Amino acid sequence: MIEIRHLSKTFASPEGEVNALHDINLTIPDGDVYGIIGMSGAGKSTLVRCINMLEKPTGGTVMVDGRDMGALSPAELRKARRDITMIFQQFNLLMQRTCLQNVCFPMELSGVKKAAARKRAMELLELVGLPDKAGAYPAQLSGGQQQRVAIARALATDPKVLLCDEATSALDPSTTAQILSLIRDINAKLGITVVVITHQMSVVKEICRHVAILDRGTVAEEGLVSAVFAAPRSQAGRRLVFPGRVDEKVIDPARRGQLRLVFRDSATTSIPLVARMARERGILASVISATTQPLGGETYGGMLLSIPHEQMAEARAFLGSIANLTAEEVSDHV
Amino acid sequence: MYNGLISADSVAQALQCLKTEIPFAIWETFYVTVISTALAVLVGLPLGVLLVAGEKGGVLPLPGWLMKALNVVINLLRSIPFLILMIMVFPLSRLLIGTTVGTTATIVPLVAAAFPFIARLVESSLREVDPNIVEAAQSMGATPLQIITRVMLPESVPSLLHNVTIALTTILGYSAMSGIIGGGGLGQIAINYGYYRYKYLVMLLAVVLLILLVQFFQTVGTKLAVRSDKRLKH
Ligand SMILES: Nc1ncnc2c1ncn2[C@@H]1O[C@H](COP(=O)(O)OP(=O)(O)O)[C@@H](O)[C@H]1O
Ligand SMILES: [Mg+2]
Repeated sequence: MIEIRHLSKTFASPEGEVNALHDINLTIPDGDVYGIIGMSGAGKSTLVRCINMLEKPTGGTVMVDGRDMGALSPAELRKARRDITMIFQQFNLLMQRTCLQNVCFPMELSGVKKAAARKRAMELLELVGLPDKAGAYPAQLSGGQQQRVAIARALATDPKVLLCDEATSALDPSTTAQILSLIRDINAKLGITVVVITHQMSVVKEICRHVAILDRGTVAEEGLVSAVFAAPRSQAGRRLVFPGRVDEKVIDPARRGQLRLVFRDSATTSIPLVARMARERGILASVISATTQPLGGETYGGMLLSIPHEQMAEARAFLGSIANLTAEEVSDHV
Repeated sequence: MYNGLISADSVAQALQCLKTEIPFAIWETFYVTVISTALAVLVGLPLGVLLVAGEKGGVLPLPGWLMKALNVVINLLRSIPFLILMIMVFPLSRLLIGTTVGTTATIVPLVAAAFPFIARLVESSLREVDPNIVEAAQSMGATPLQIITRVMLPESVPSLLHNVTIALTTILGYSAMSGIIGGGGLGQIAINYGYYRYKYLVMLLAVVLLILLVQFFQTVGTKLAVRSDKRLKH
């Protein structure tokens, strides 16, 4: 389990201090695939680098399996890093080594005998589907293949946690899907906890169970992916799920309020909500946006309605009577 | 000064020289250059590593005053003209070799002149290593020494070979200069015949041979550097 408490990180730069992270609190359960999503510059990389102490936090603690990572001696930290490995956007393979030698590298560092390391490396290359590339150099491989080698390398020390910092951001969509499915397999087969850093919603939807939305160095919201993406509570969350900020600009807040509907299953999806509100209650709702998305095997629908303030209470009462639907008034828009 | 450069006499003398003195002079120049470069690398390589690894934010940060001192010493040595450095290190040559003249004795000033240069070349090679790769190694729990010996140096081998080739050809030039203080080799032949005895044809011959040696080293070095680079798809 990874427990992040009151984590903060401030960089000193020539232009002044940069508050990259501020009072982050997260708990990542064992065996989970945990997504951390946010816009560029939100602090995702800094956060993930604080987990293995590549970046020293300015405040707060990171506990991995009950061990305070910040309190380890340099030697203890190096040892702990064998249990928390990492893959990167740019793969970061050693370019002058073959794939097999790359996978052997972390075992070499920890003093595994050469023959044993080579044997294990071959098994790992098989696991990631590249046994025939053992003797090839990274430059001879495609991006997706390089990331597979990087994954094999990250698994070489039998880690408990795999940190992925934008691991698919340099790949095309179909290669991304393959790498994500490999990561999902590894999580399922080996039980390794995976932390996925990304700016792409699709990645989180594809493989994550939990997600935290990071916004300007703070956690805007977190929870099950299905819950967060179906009904984002925070402004940052809504901006991710409904890009384009429609819900902030479209209506005149003095006269009309916004109601966010989230509904599950197709029976609810097929109800002609807006028409019924008008006919049965005389409520003049207009649709700002509407989407449906598959999440964890279910279909979720989301709708943003604008409703005159004087009819808001009536609308909420009506919508409250419909099963599998939650209605939430959106008030914290800017 | 080049009037009568080609005459029956001068050609005969040049041919004579080519048969007697020059083969050994080529060997002397070759051996002095290679040995001096090797020794200068031996000293300059660790210094170059320190320049990169020891800086603030490097893999093995050293005290700031030490880094400043190192930089100052290297810059200082590099700014002394070789002609003067040769004379300045006489006491050192006497101490190490027992004499200040002859081929072996010139190795001392050559190494003294070349190692700061090589330290800078090594520094620039190591700076080309992708910092993300270094960070990946750190994330795997590599020690600073492991990062230096297993990441930074192996990853920069092609660039190091390139730069050592540059150093080698530069040292070859310096070694010719050491002919002035009796350093032997092709440089001495050029000076003895050209400067003291006005036999310009022999001097030109020595120069042509020096050029050929530089070409040889450069070609071999470049080939090795290219062949060693696994980033290129062969
Ligand atoms: N070493 C650093 N020095 C100064 N500022 C930094 C450093 N690393 C990151 N930052 C700043 O911290 C913020 C978060 O960066 P980062 O964690 O890389 O964001 P993300 O990965 O979400 O794009 C940015 O404003 C960035 O400029
Ligand atoms: Mg980032």
